[in-house]
Amino acid sequence: MEFALLLIGNGVLIGLMYSLIALGFVLVYKATDAINFAQGEFVMLAALISAAVIVMAELPFWVAVIVALAGMIAFSFGLERIVLRPLLGRPIVAVIMATIGLAAILRGAGPFIFGVETKSFSLPVGDEPIFLGPFILQPVQVTGAVVSILFLAAFSWFFLKSRMGIAMRAVADNQQVASAMGINVERYFALAWAMAGIVSALGGIVWGSMLGVDVHVSLVGLKVFPVVILGGLDSVIGAVVGGLIVGIVENLAAGYLDPLVGGGTKDFAPYVLMIIALMVRPYGIFGKRKIERV
Amino acid sequence: MFHRESGYFKTTYMADMALYPLPIARWTVGVLVAVFLVMPPLVTGLTGGIAAEYYISIVNIIMIAVVGALGLNILVGYTGQISIGHAAFMSVGAYTAANLAVKLDLPFWVTLPAGGIMAAAIGVVVGIPSLRIKGLYLAIATLAAQLIIEWIINHVPWISGGSQASIEVPRPTIFGMELRTQRELYYFLLFFAVIAIIATLNIVRSRIGRAFIAIRDQDIAAEIIGIDIFRYKLIAFAISSFYAGVTGVLYTYYLGIANYENFLITTSIDYLAMIIIGGLGSVLGSIFGAIFVTLLPIVIRLFMESFGTLLFTTAELNNIIPAVRLSAFGLLIIVFLVLEPEGLNRLWRNVRSYFRVWPFSY
Repeated sequence: MEFALLLIGNGVLIGLMYSLIALGFVLVYKATDAINFAQGEFVMLAALISAAVIVMAELPFWVAVIVALAGMIAFSFGLERIVLRPLLGRPIVAVIMATIGLAAILRGAGPFIFGVETKSFSLPVGDEPIFLGPFILQPVQVTGAVVSILFLAAFSWFFLKSRMGIAMRAVADNQQVASAMGINVERYFALAWAMAGIVSALGGIVWGSMLGVDVHVSLVGLKVFPVVILGGLDSVIGAVVGGLIVGIVENLAAGYLDPLVGGGTKDFAPYVLMIIALMVRPYGIFGKRKIERV
Repeated sequence: MFHRESGYFKTTYMADMALYPLPIARWTVGVLVAVFLVMPPLVTGLTGGIAAEYYISIVNIIMIAVVGALGLNILVGYTGQISIGHAAFMSVGAYTAANLAVKLDLPFWVTLPAGGIMAAAIGVVVGIPSLRIKGLYLAIATLAAQLIIEWIINHVPWISGGSQASIEVPRPTIFGMELRTQRELYYFLLFFAVIAIIATLNIVRSRIGRAFIAIRDQDIAAEIIGIDIFRYKLIAFAISSFYAGVTGVLYTYYLGIANYENFLITTSIDYLAMIIIGGLGSVLGSIFGAIFVTLLPIVIRLFMESFGTLLFTTAELNNIIPAVRLSAFGLLIIVFLVLEPEGLNRLWRNVRSYFRVWPFSY
């Protein structure tokens, strides 16, 4: 039982960190209907930038945060402008392939520019594990989880209360009507991508400090899909719940099934769960069901 | 090809549906077949044994890729269903054939269709959710299928043959002759590539193909005019994964070994890139795409090895070449999507229609 609790505790923290990355995906999908298969590579790019600032330029941690944020915002603005705007209104496979192509570029160019060796940096939180009842928590993961919760709360408030957030919801709901109401749709598309950039920057710093920074950070992106499918593609709260489910399930699977089948269930279990979700409830727990008209 | 069609009028449905609308098309195909038949001896004569073996091996890989790209194009280009898991179907075909060839000692003309049928069966299972989900959801479902099939092959020794998850297969034999060299394999692969091309051309102009296109263009409308969407979507998945399975078997015989590492998600993306760069919903486009994507890494490596030494040392180059290859690959996908969505096939058509009335402007 204690083992299970330990696994669940870690699962919750990891799950919240998944939520942070999934949030970037959800924001873009919610506002622009575009699918970002390069979310993991966004996170990798942010991690590479912050590692470059901390390790190579030897600047303090807060500089890295600012540079990563600014870099990712600029990058996602440019991306929306150059690649995704011309693809508006094109079949869905075009957007999917464009982001897959982008992922390939980033995975090729990242190590090319920043070097192939693994760089490691740590958050200024120490690395003594925290013992809390039956739980043993890593400070990095706790920080990640706290950052995630803060951002998820901030984005929930943004979408529910702020003027811009309401405009963005209108854009997401119906682009034509929104633009008839005087909302500049293209500006909100750019804003959505910039917000995805911000989230990826923080995700990159947190995950980069935990895993060490090289190309493999981008593999985190593979966990985004089970999270968003379970939670619902267009739901911020869904990203949190989906992240928690995936985090807990993969930890339990790794703890209990790995000894039986010889490893690797961590990457496998979330996808099985996702397939079941797709069969039973394809729009996810909190997702909006789409009604089709001819 | 550059032909004039004035003076040819189609007066029957037979003429309208003919595979070769003009006599010159038949001639072009005849010439192409002749060129492909004499290629190996010609290349051998021009470059000598070992170099010829290398060049022919590239052509062989292209022919294998053509089969896979055609299959994927039937699903994505003609039916409008996305699959990011096609490499997994290839691995299903590859391991089915390898197991049959090694454990039951069956010849290639049994294992090849068996691999295809097995892949088709798995493809149908993966395609079942396509009734309820489409677009992005289907893309993610097939991605899941890719990862799950990969994992299963890797973790079930009965399928993967245990060590390194790879199985050595015996060389295919025809009439008691064992195909060992690339030049011998060439005709073997050419035969299947040609069959795949002809079969695809015939599928897409038949009732099934037209149903596929109707589903792609507007699925609800297609259902209203009486097309059983679920059935035809599953048929599309079955045909497409049959092609994929055959591709996997051919690749296995080409390499002499079945290994899941040749069928990872990156391979799925390669094949998607082929049909996007070549042209969605086009047989010729699939062929162009297969050629382009197969040659791209080879050209980049040649280029970097000849000009990259001016900037970098040899040791650095070994790290740089894969990075450049990956980036160039991604960049090309985006450039084609943004600037020429209909791919190489469209470029080719533009050239052709320019020369059709040349030297007049219209």
